[in-house]
Amino acid sequence: MRKNYNFAFLDEGSKREIRRAILKGVAIPGYQVPFASREMPIGRGWGTGGLQLTLSCIGPDDTLKVIDQGSDASVNAVSIRGLVRETTGVETTTATQEATLIQSRHRIPERPLTRDQLLVLQVPTPEPLRTYEARETVTKRLHAEAEYTGAYLELFEQIVRYGTTTTGADHPVMVEGRYVMAPSPIPRYDNAKLDMAENLTLLGAGREKKIYAVPPYTHVESLAFDDYPFVTEEFEGAHCHRCGATGVYLTQTVDPATGEQIWMCSDTDYCDQRVEAASSASAAKGGDAR
Amino acid sequence: MTDASATVQATLPRPVTHTYVDDAPVLKVTGLSKRFGAGCSYCSDPEAKLERNICPVCGTVHAVRNVSLEVHPGEILGIVGESGSGKSTLMQCLYFDQDPTEGDMRVAAFDGGAENCFLVSRQQQRYIRDRIFGMVYQNPYLGLRMNFSSLSNIAEKQIAAGVRNVHQMVDRGEELLERVKIPLRRKQDPPRAFSGGMQQRVQIAKALSNEPPVLFLDEVTTGLDLSVQARVLDLILSLRRDLGVSMVVVSHDLGVIRLLADRTIVMLDGQVIEHGLTDQIMQDPQHAYTQELVYSLL
Ligand SMILES: Nc1ncnc2c1ncn2[C@@H]1O[C@H](COP(=O)(O)OP(=O)(O)O)[C@@H](O)[C@H]1O
Ligand SMILES: [Mg+2]
Ligand SMILES: [Zn+2]
Repeated sequence: MRKNYNFAFLDEGSKREIRRAILKGVAIPGYQVPFASREMPIGRGWGTGGLQLTLSCIGPDDTLKVIDQGSDASVNAVSIRGLVRETTGVETTTATQEATLIQSRHRIPERPLTRDQLLVLQVPTPEPLRTYEARETVTKRLHAEAEYTGAYLELFEQIVRYGTTTTGADHPVMVEGRYVMAPSPIPRYDNAKLDMAENLTLLGAGREKKIYAVPPYTHVESLAFDDYPFVTEEFEGAHCHRCGATGVYLTQTVDPATGEQIWMCSDTDYCDQRVEAASSASAAKGGDAR
Repeated sequence: MTDASATVQATLPRPVTHTYVDDAPVLKVTGLSKRFGAGCSYCSDPEAKLERNICPVCGTVHAVRNVSLEVHPGEILGIVGESGSGKSTLMQCLYFDQDPTEGDMRVAAFDGGAENCFLVSRQQQRYIRDRIFGMVYQNPYLGLRMNFSSLSNIAEKQIAAGVRNVHQMVDRGEELLERVKIPLRRKQDPPRAFSGGMQQRVQIAKALSNEPPVLFLDEVTTGLDLSVQARVLDLILSLRRDLGVSMVVVSHDLGVIRLLADRTIVMLDGQVIEHGLTDQIMQDPQHAYTQELVYSLL
């Protein structure tokens, strides 16, 4: 069955074209490069942009990790991981540090990525000026002229309406002082992870047919006003109910045992590794004590 | 003219005498033309006879033909003409919404009038548009973001001009809403929810946000009830009186022009057919078309 496909599903011509778009994106950080998005065996809007980036970059020696909202186990992550493994035969992992290629939706792993790792983010709406200006021809010109009034105006409107700019994910960033970019719907907490990162981040929007990139060691600054500085989500006093972590991105759930509201690490691998480390440490301690 | 006499003059009731003309113009436009279509050898002759504003040979629309005008400090220049005479196209060329086919525009507040602003870079044109000009469009949908709050609409030009302080912009927005008499409790409402008269007043507030020395007003009162019209006209006169803003006011309604303008240009089929002091034009119109306009007003 696998033999019916080319390695990594896409034909070599398609991969070459996507790689050319990637190279252009890397050369112009934050700039949205159009590409001929292919039909994928998953529905558009389910990460086809990210998937095409992954399939174009992956080699037989890669180790793949796929996460959705920080979890390796969600249906979406499982099916993308399965598809790539089926068509490439590569190793997969859940451990962030073991992966050479990580495809993600809505999160960047807590553990800082290294120069040997590639992060692929799935993007639903790549154009940060879209609600300000509906016409693609106009937004293209606005980017060309670095005219970003629209991006600030949206933040201003949030302040007028809600008294704060802290209403959502996908907070726009200025990349290397030139292009304003939608970082994809990662929490504001993760924006800082893009700034001067060691790794290359590629962003792909399948439906909108756009690829863009943040190369290693690129300045990425979240947009803000002088008197309304950028702030991330706050978890004052909260810690992960399972591993005890603080200073990470937490999500709220209900403890099935007690019915209580509790916080948990959104990055499940990070949480698992902490739990494991704690239990082996206490086992080791137990050994010493004996 | 001394400063004191200028102040007295600005607060005196009409008729306004025309001593400004000697001052250097804040805006000087020469030979502005705007074609829709490629043109042909026949209609490239400036004297060519057209069917109204359309070339009988190639069908090109000559929306604005060889228009020249000057606006002096604190002056209101009126442009009057029937629908289709090219008034809005002219205004949109001045505001860089449309690229003129030919023409020269000097803007004193930009560079002392050194360069033709139709030829400077896009960024420089934005600078002029955001800091030196204000525009009120005939159609409020062109001038406003109907789904953004009124405050945001007013802030947009300030953001474009580089302001990054929210409080400063909110304060300025509230001050301007008060000036155009929109209740502050509506500052968060989008103009979509406003009446036509209120939308025009938000447009005026937006146009004023960076205290531009030059304001363009395209049919601001068209389609408004008479009582609402009167209030908007009052507002415009107060802007000149209190802020000394120079304005180009466009209307198909000579009554509006008579009330506002110191000098007037009459347009027909894209061309200027008459210009002069408004009072002169009202008392002694020269062109048959102007005579018709004036007599219909009496
Ligand atoms: N985009 C366009 N394409 C072709 N013709 C146009 C366009 N815009 C305006 N015109 C024509 O230019 C002329 C002047 O229009 P306009 O400037 O709107 O006049 P006014 O504001 O005086 O009513 C009209 O004949 C109009 O049909
Ligand atoms: Mg018009
Ligand atoms: Zn012609």
